[in-house]
Amino acid sequence: MTSTAGTHAPMALRALALSKSFGDVVAVDDVNLDVQPGEFLGVLGPSGCGKTTLLRLVAGFERPDGGGIEVGGRAVAGPRRNLPPEQRRIGMVFQESALFPHLDVAGNIGFGLPRRGRETRVAELVALVGLAGLQHRMPHELSGGQQQRVAVARALAPDPALILLDEPFSSLDATLRSQLRTEVREILRSAGATTLFVTHDQGEALEISDRVAVMRAGRIEQISTPEELYLRPVNRFVAGFVGEANLIAGEVRHGEVQTIVGRFRAPVGSLVDGDSAEVLLRPEQLHMRALDLLETPPRPESVLRVVRRVFHGSEVHHVLRNPDGIEIEAATSSSATLEIGTEVIAHARAHEVPVYPLDEPA
Amino acid sequence: METVAPPTAAARSASRTPAPPAWLIGAGVLVALLGLLPIGYLLVLAGSSEDALSLVLRDRTVGVLGRTLLLAATVTSASVLIGVPMAWLTTRSDLPGRRWWTILGILPLVVPSYVGGYAVVAAFGPRGALQSLLEPFGVTRLPELYGFPGAALALTLFSFPYVVLSVRGALLRMDPAYEEVSRSLGRGPWRTFFTVTVPQLRPAITAGALLVALYSLADFGAVSLLQFDSFTRAIYVQYRASFDPTLAAVLALMLVACTAGVLLAEARLRGRARYHRSGAGASRPAATVHLGAWRWPALAYCAMVVGLAVAVPIGTIGYWFIRGIGAGEPLTLVLDATLNSVLASGLAALLAVLASIPVAVLAVRHRGMLAATLERATYAGFALPGIVIGLAFVFVAARYLPWMYQTLPLLLVAYLVRFVPEAVGITRASLLQVSPRIEEVARTLGRPPSAVLREVTLPIIRPGLMAGGALVFLTAMKELPTTILLAPTGFDTLAVRIWSATSEGFFARAAAPALLMVIVAALSLGFVLRQERDR
Repeated sequence: MTSTAGTHAPMALRALALSKSFGDVVAVDDVNLDVQPGEFLGVLGPSGCGKTTLLRLVAGFERPDGGGIEVGGRAVAGPRRNLPPEQRRIGMVFQESALFPHLDVAGNIGFGLPRRGRETRVAELVALVGLAGLQHRMPHELSGGQQQRVAVARALAPDPALILLDEPFSSLDATLRSQLRTEVREILRSAGATTLFVTHDQGEALEISDRVAVMRAGRIEQISTPEELYLRPVNRFVAGFVGEANLIAGEVRHGEVQTIVGRFRAPVGSLVDGDSAEVLLRPEQLHMRALDLLETPPRPESVLRVVRRVFHGSEVHHVLRNPDGIEIEAATSSSATLEIGTEVIAHARAHEVPVYPLDEPA
Repeated sequence: METVAPPTAAARSASRTPAPPAWLIGAGVLVALLGLLPIGYLLVLAGSSEDALSLVLRDRTVGVLGRTLLLAATVTSASVLIGVPMAWLTTRSDLPGRRWWTILGILPLVVPSYVGGYAVVAAFGPRGALQSLLEPFGVTRLPELYGFPGAALALTLFSFPYVVLSVRGALLRMDPAYEEVSRSLGRGPWRTFFTVTVPQLRPAITAGALLVALYSLADFGAVSLLQFDSFTRAIYVQYRASFDPTLAAVLALMLVACTAGVLLAEARLRGRARYHRSGAGASRPAATVHLGAWRWPALAYCAMVVGLAVAVPIGTIGYWFIRGIGAGEPLTLVLDATLNSVLASGLAALLAVLASIPVAVLAVRHRGMLAATLERATYAGFALPGIVIGLAFVFVAARYLPWMYQTLPLLLVAYLVRFVPEAVGITRASLLQVSPRIEEVARTLGRPPSAVLREVTLPIIRPGLMAGGALVFLTAMKELPTTILLAPTGFDTLAVRIWSATSEGFFARAAAPALLMVIVAALSLGFVLRQERDR
């Protein structure tokens, strides 16, 4: 058995240089990952990025081509061993609830439990997921949300070392979805479960995860807290994938990136005068001012015209276009919108924002 | 994993499916080998004989081939000529009583060929019902029935509904817009029918015709009762007459070659038919054609077809049944045969369903070369006429397993080979309904694959397994040639009883089992139609 470094409790999940290809498609490429006990880790990425394969490798449904996996300090997959799923102490919840249609709620929850003490444990879990009184319903007699709660209870019942959620809310409609994800998060928190949660929905990942791993083309691009991911994405891909992003090009002069919406500090060392770079500005970081309120006339390329408005409830996003055709998006509260056609300049109050050199591959 | 990089899509699906457990492969291979045994052994038998090729070219053999093909061609064309108008009248016209004609036009399918043969002989043959009815008028002889005319008549009457069913389906699916466009471009109803409708129906007509052709190639009951020397009867006669199995094996292989030819043609034409089908969602019904005065000939036509194919057999069976009761025909014999039929068919159904499980699981959950090969080998039973399977097992048992010859277990093995494809079809369809995620969840909850199959998959697909079992049971009840060749001495089933009584001219003795058989066949037809509707 491989021991983990340090004297602390072992990681709930550890992936070491994990790789998996299907033919010449590399699905998971040298992935390293540590999940702390009790942590809720979101794995976020576009479809086909390898996040589901990562989950299936951890569960034991796929055999890695290289690297290893430890669950609770115990090696479950590696060069010399590959434990089958039934020996990994892992609970799994799928997008389709995948309840056993021939068993009732109690039968589903108790499926992974030894006969002794089964009833007590089932009753505990039924109460935990708030389905008391429905033990003897069959799956088809439950609503979509109830089915997913049963699926969560069933995964939790044998007290697994790790819970894997594979897009568990995608098949539900929007309202139910946000309600259920809060509930499920609460259930897992109170059970003290360690969770790996795969989703392509960035809002969902940011909302309920302790940390989020963003994947692209089989690789993990960044693992951070949701705040860090939103405010300081490591590259343009993460910036664009997490939240709405304006990537505004500029040129470095005197240690600053000069753009049509202002000047921003260029990171020391990586950029020199004359380099091209992009700065990341979220729509809510940009402020607009109508031209006629300005004291000094702006440079012509900074003049932006409101070409479209997108209503988001509490906020309204204004799509702005400059004479060169560059479009950026700025948010205001819905009570302070500007008419389409208004000419404005935009600026950001922040001076230190993420800057990405433009010669770096995207 | 592999050193050579194969095409992406194939590699992806190949490595996405986990390797099946050894016991599953073992069971699947066993079933597949059984499926290949008949044809394999016949090939060995024919191949080991030096004069096999000369047997093929012998006058008698060539004559049998010619007669078989002539029969198949005649029955197929006649079925198309009868079936297409019937299908059109019951879907597109205002024929009075259209719905009744629809049902009556399909009903002949419930008459197994040997019951049909029996009905034809017992109605129109010498000493048959028609002659007895005409006797008071001095009619002592009817035109000769035995041989080609009787066989062609019996097979056509009880297989033309295959054409009706497939053409009906096509007419109902067809988008009426094509015909409307043709009319709007100035073509009258007749020209539109022949230049627009018929070309679109061609795939459906071909599909139905090929089913009829297969049916008449494989049929043993009708041709043997009507004493027409096509392959199936020649094989049987040869087998009875001599201990040298070579000629029978050669005949059987030639019959299989004919069947394979028809199946290949069907596969190719069916592929094209799919290509021809117009886009989905053409559910708007076509306008009904008003027959006007044409309705009288149309009615007469339907009445004649249905009269011959439904009223005659039912009437004949009823006539002889009543005469049999009057003459004190013992019904205990029927009870005996029924019990034998139920026993053999029930066990066959059980075996076929059990055997279908490994094959279907491999085909659905572990797709790949191995699974596809096993599944195809299993389907061999579909392509082989019953007489061929029966013959092969007779030879195998006589040579290697004399202690099994003419025992119930050997009969059941032959039934298994013959009917496992039906069970695999249904088991496979039900497995496809079960999400693999459900099985994966069970794995994570601590169950190895065998326990997942036992505790999760099989309980979920139980209704499908029961349905497959019921279908095999009903089909096995009707099976004649395999039973004749392999049943233990004295183990008469309903099918054998009908056949032997008819062969010997005891029409009244055959009536009660024939009646029972029509009921069984009606149940199985209803069952198949319901399955198709649910799909």
